[in-house]
Amino acid sequence: MSILKQLEEESIYIIREVAGQFNNPCLLFSGGKDSITLLHLAQKAFAPATIPFPLVHIDTGHNFPETIELRDKLVAEHGLRLIVGSVQDDIDAGHVVEEKGRHASRNSLQTTTLLNTIEKYKFDACMGGARRDEEKARAKERVFSVRDDFGQWNEKLQRPELFDMLNGMIHNGENVRVFPISNWTELDVWHYIRQEKLEIPSIYYAHEREVFMRDNQWMPVSDYVNVEENDARKLTSVRFRTVGDMSCTAAVLSKATELDTIINEIGGSNFSERGARMDDKRSEGAMEERKKVGYF
Amino acid sequence: MELIKIATAGSVDDGKSTLIGRLLYETGALKTDQIQHIEEKSAARGFGYLDLSLATDGLLTEREQGITIDVSHIFFSTPKRRFIIADSPGHVEYTRNMVTGTSTAQASIILLDARKGVIEQTKRHFFITQLLGIKQIIFAINKMDLVDYSQDVFENIKTTLERLVDKHGQDGVSYHYTPVSALYNENVVRASDKLNWHKGAPLLSLIESIPLESNQANDGAFQIQYVIRPKREELHDYRGFAGNVRSGSFAVGDAINIHPSGRKSVIKRIEKYGESTEQISAGENGTILLVDEIDASRGDSILNEKANVNNGKNITATFCWMQDTPFTTGNKYWLQQGIQRSLVKVQNVRSKIDLEALENRQANQLGLNDIGKGALALAQPITTKSYKNNPALGAFILIDPNTFNTAGVGFIETT
Repeated sequence: MSILKQLEEESIYIIREVAGQFNNPCLLFSGGKDSITLLHLAQKAFAPATIPFPLVHIDTGHNFPETIELRDKLVAEHGLRLIVGSVQDDIDAGHVVEEKGRHASRNSLQTTTLLNTIEKYKFDACMGGARRDEEKARAKERVFSVRDDFGQWNEKLQRPELFDMLNGMIHNGENVRVFPISNWTELDVWHYIRQEKLEIPSIYYAHEREVFMRDNQWMPVSDYVNVEENDARKLTSVRFRTVGDMSCTAAVLSKATELDTIINEIGGSNFSERGARMDDKRSEGAMEERKKVGYF
Repeated sequence: MELIKIATAGSVDDGKSTLIGRLLYETGALKTDQIQHIEEKSAARGFGYLDLSLATDGLLTEREQGITIDVSHIFFSTPKRRFIIADSPGHVEYTRNMVTGTSTAQASIILLDARKGVIEQTKRHFFITQLLGIKQIIFAINKMDLVDYSQDVFENIKTTLERLVDKHGQDGVSYHYTPVSALYNENVVRASDKLNWHKGAPLLSLIESIPLESNQANDGAFQIQYVIRPKREELHDYRGFAGNVRSGSFAVGDAINIHPSGRKSVIKRIEKYGESTEQISAGENGTILLVDEIDASRGDSILNEKANVNNGKNITATFCWMQDTPFTTGNKYWLQQGIQRSLVKVQNVRSKIDLEALENRQANQLGLNDIGKGALALAQPITTKSYKNNPALGAFILIDPNTFNTAGVGFIETT
């Protein structure tokens, strides 16, 4: 069995366990390549039936429009149920306060909206496309990661996972975050997208865009980022390696408009994937701290 | 390319994180930004070298204390193989992590400090690899730089290890003994001048070339995870049993039994993700459609008529206990084997292993990190086989019915 086949089998087994063990699961869908891969795996898992759970998008309101277009297209094409949790709504309702200043981002505000959405719809399991190769705190993540009533991750309370046996038994009010593609690498995802001919948002391919340099990263110019006068702007060919909120996702200079060239570029890159995520750079344990309070 | 999962275990301060960091660094798995980060941190701590252990010590609490406290999954690859390292900490109290990390591994690296040689932790690690039936074991004797790369030191440790292996080792296991200095990259990725008396391959070449084995048991056993019933007119009669082949294989036309109902049928069609296929084998998922309209649901098994498995309600097993509340006679738990579940009651606890002497002692309960033998009575019969003869049907977890935590793991004995 090829590695890709092995990973696909493992992930589909996990997704079927979610549908089997939980009453009200959902799939967290950001529109990025990892969640598109996850959605495709879920569709395979239940073919010829449609997937027995909704997609949940936690919308920061600062999305790349290309991502939202593809999200809506996939939902319509496959007859999926989509639930949107809006960060803007939570700001308007006063549940969270928008960050201010040069580095303001809605990334951390997502946590509150995610937790509110889980509570509102009483989800007992939320699948996400996180991978263990992304970040050090993720490397310690379980496939089934139990969160308490407050959505908190406590690394000391994580259940041991033995063999392929997944224990999803929980108390009322608790929920489980599930990571079916834990063992995939960034390149596996790209190879799978090529193999399965998956459509991904156009911003993953090289395109002309106005960007500016901040902290040695090319950031996209948008209404959601505070570009200052002395920030050097330029129009150039870029692509994105991850797709987060526009305010915290940096671009890479690239002319790669085909999957093959993108895969070659990523395979030869000297920088890690999340190196382009400003949200991880805020502090040494930025990801761990966010996970503890319920970040996905 | 092949994927190999390797468990690593070692005691506090024997340089395991440094060894893994070294492998990551030398195979190019660390990117420029990550190396920069390690350089900055090393300099900030006043080290005159790259502290490669920083590459893997993931959690803040760990970095504060400079120790590793949980199983971490680390990825790297060479042109020959893809590696996933399940790195478990070596403290006495974290035996449960070691069992967990080793449960998915095909090989194990047991790290020793050349200055200390074989200590209780080494025996514990070794015993766990034997319990889990790991077929490839590498004893890496690290910190050779601190014993002047002495062949005598290495040979003495090797002799002690060989005695351990002779006395307690299972049949069919390959043992490898290799001296290294992870800090100075001696015999890790390339042969070392300082260790030129060592004839074996460097550690990386070793793990690139050790053979991989899969479950050879041929009992056709398939566990139903989910029943697919599309709500569409044209697929009105479709009833697909989606699940996973634990062992053996299934082909269209095979005669099968459903467990626990005992109903018999024949496989009409096998699908993989909506596409028809002729056969599915161990480790694979599939959707099985039967010629008869038989009721079966999640947790039931489809067994090949010829499968030689146990469907009884009594189990004798070796347990490794993973929670504070002890395992003792009369306690009830949920047992989960693969995806099958049953309530169970502890019939008796017979013995506990003294991990220092590696001998069984009489006991009536097992505490956190204890390993011992006992028996369970099941409320519902489940399909099992001894762990030795069929690992995919021979291991189970026990779930605490109050906390729902995974309380322990069991390995079914040959009866």
